[in-house]
Amino acid sequence: MFPAPIERASRPAQFAYQALIPAALVLWLLPLIAVAVFSIRPDADFANANYWGWPSSFEGISNYSKVFFESDMPRYLWNSVLITVPTVIGAVALSCMTGFALGIYKFRANLWIFFLFVAGNFVPFQILMVPVRDLTLDFGLYNTKTGLVLFHIAFQTGFCTLFMRNFIRALPYELIEAARVEGVAEWRIFWFVVLPLMKPAIAALAVLIFTFIWNDYFWAVVLTQGAESQPVTAGITSFNAQYRAAYHLMSAGSIVAALPPVAMFFLMQRHFIAGLTLGAVK
Amino acid sequence: MAPLPPSTADRPAPGPAPRSWWRRNQIAITPWLFLAPGILFFAVYVLIPVFQSFNVSLYEWDGLGAAEYVGLRNYEEMYWDDAFYTSLKNNVIWLVLYLLAIPMGLAIALLLNQTVTGIRIYKSLFFFPFVISQVVVGLVFSWFYDPSFGLLNVMLGWFGAGPVNVLGDERWVTYGIIAAGLWPQTAYCMILYLTGLNAVDPEQIEAGRLDNARGFRMLWHIILPQLKPATFIAFVVTIIGALRSFDLISIMTGGGPFGQSRVLSFYMFEVALSEYGFRMGYGAAIAVVLFLIMLVFITYFLWSMYREERGR
Repeated sequence: MFPAPIERASRPAQFAYQALIPAALVLWLLPLIAVAVFSIRPDADFANANYWGWPSSFEGISNYSKVFFESDMPRYLWNSVLITVPTVIGAVALSCMTGFALGIYKFRANLWIFFLFVAGNFVPFQILMVPVRDLTLDFGLYNTKTGLVLFHIAFQTGFCTLFMRNFIRALPYELIEAARVEGVAEWRIFWFVVLPLMKPAIAALAVLIFTFIWNDYFWAVVLTQGAESQPVTAGITSFNAQYRAAYHLMSAGSIVAALPPVAMFFLMQRHFIAGLTLGAVK
Repeated sequence: MAPLPPSTADRPAPGPAPRSWWRRNQIAITPWLFLAPGILFFAVYVLIPVFQSFNVSLYEWDGLGAAEYVGLRNYEEMYWDDAFYTSLKNNVIWLVLYLLAIPMGLAIALLLNQTVTGIRIYKSLFFFPFVISQVVVGLVFSWFYDPSFGLLNVMLGWFGAGPVNVLGDERWVTYGIIAAGLWPQTAYCMILYLTGLNAVDPEQIEAGRLDNARGFRMLWHIILPQLKPATFIAFVVTIIGALRSFDLISIMTGGGPFGQSRVLSFYMFEVALSEYGFRMGYGAAIAVVLFLIMLVFITYFLWSMYREERGR
C-alpha cells in the first residue's frame, strides 16, 4: 500500500492524521456548508446583514416547506424525474444491444462502429445544438419532455456503448461458444446467457446516467422553456429570479435541486464508483 | 476474423430450406439487428447533426426564415471578431488550469489512501461535489465569492486583505470560475486515483522499500507508472470537461463582465440563441472551430485506444 499505512507511524503522527482529515474535509466542503447554513436562517438575518453570526432563529422547516409548497419547485423536480427515468431505461436498453453486438461478434466494421460511438460521445454539445434544436422543432417536440428524452437517449448511447462493450468483452467467451454448440439461437444467447451476467454493469450505468441526465443544464435550456417541461436544473434559475435576494430560500432551493443525485450516490455508491472508474485499473 | 466459429460446422445437418438460410447467416446478421436501433438514434441525433452544423455555418440564418448562402463569410467575420479571440484565449486558460485537477486529485487520493476507521465515509464526502449539478456548484460559488457577504471575503478580511469582487473583475473572473470547476473535477480525479491505488502491486512497493525508495521517488518511479490507466482517463475526462464548460459560466456570470469570461461554447450559445439575435450560421461557425479543437484530442484518444485494442 502506498503511502505507507499510518498504523506503522508513531502515535503523534497517527493522532495528527486523525485530526487533519476532518479539518481538510470541512475546508473542502466549506462553500457547501455555507449554503446549508444559509438555508436554515430566517429572512431577518439577511436584512440585518447577520450573514455569518449565530442565526437569530432556526427556520429550516419553514424555508424548506416554502420551497416545496409555495413554488414551482416540486413541478420541476417531477419533470426531472420524467426526463431522467425514461432516458436511463432507453439508453441502457439500446446499449445492452449495441454492446452485445460489438462485444461478441467479430466482423470487419466492428471496431469502426465502436470508435464512431466513442468519438460521438466526446463531441462538444454546441456542434449539435442548431441541428438538434431544428430537428426537435420539426418533430413538434420543442419544449416537451419527450424531445429532451429522445436526444438524451441518443447521446448517452455513445458512452453507454463504450461501457457495455468493454464489460461484455471481459466476460468469458467460452460461455457463448458452449451455447452455440448446443444450438441456442443468437437472440436467446443475448437474453438468457449474456444479459443475466450484465446486471452489475446495468446497475452501474443506470446510476451514472441518472446523475448525468439529472444534472444536465445545457440541453434543458436549448430544448425547453417553461415550467411545464423544464427540469430542475433550468427551473432553479427561474426560482432564483422569483426569490431574488431571498438567500435563505435560494439556498434551500439549491439544496433540494442537488439532493436526488446525491441520495442516489450514497445509496448506490459501490455501483456508482464501479461505473465511473471502469478502465482506471487494468 | 472468420465470421463463423468452428463450432457451427459440426452441428447436425440444417433443417428445412427457408430456415437454413437464417441458420447459415444468423451469426453474420444478428449483430446488425442488435446495432440497428442504437445506430439509428445515434446517427439522427449525433452523427448527422455534426455535418449539418458544418453546412449551417455557410449560411446566414435566423432559425425561422429562409437561409441565405454566404460561403465563408461567417468565418471571415470571426477572424475580425474580438469577442471570438477573448473566448478562445479563455478556452486555452481553461484547458491548462483545468489539468490541475489531476495532480490535486492525486494528492487527495494519497492523503485518503489509508485504512483508519471511518475512512470510507471521508472518501465519499470528499467525492460528493462531483455528484452535485454544475448549476448548483455555480450558485454555491457565486455566493462564496460575493463581495458583500461571501465567505471568501470574510476570510480575506482576517488577513487584512480587502474585499475582492472576483466575478465582477475582468482580471479575476475566469480564474474564479475555473476554481469552481476544479472543485468537482478534482473529486472525480481523486476517485479515479483511489481506485488505481487499490490495484497497485504491493510486492513492487515492498521491493522498492528494500531498495530504499520512499516518498516522492517511490511515487514517481514505482507508483505513477502503475497508475497510468487512471491518469489516462483523468486526462480524457478533464480535457473534455474543460472544453464543455458552459453551465458554470452561464450561471455565475453570463459571460460578463463585458464578455470577459466567455468561452467558445458559451459565446456560440449567446450568438445563436440569445440577445445577439438568432444567428444560427455564425453560431455554427464558432461551434465548428470548437469541434476542430476537440477533434485533435478525440483523434489522440482514439489513437491510444486503437493501439490498446491491437495490443490485446
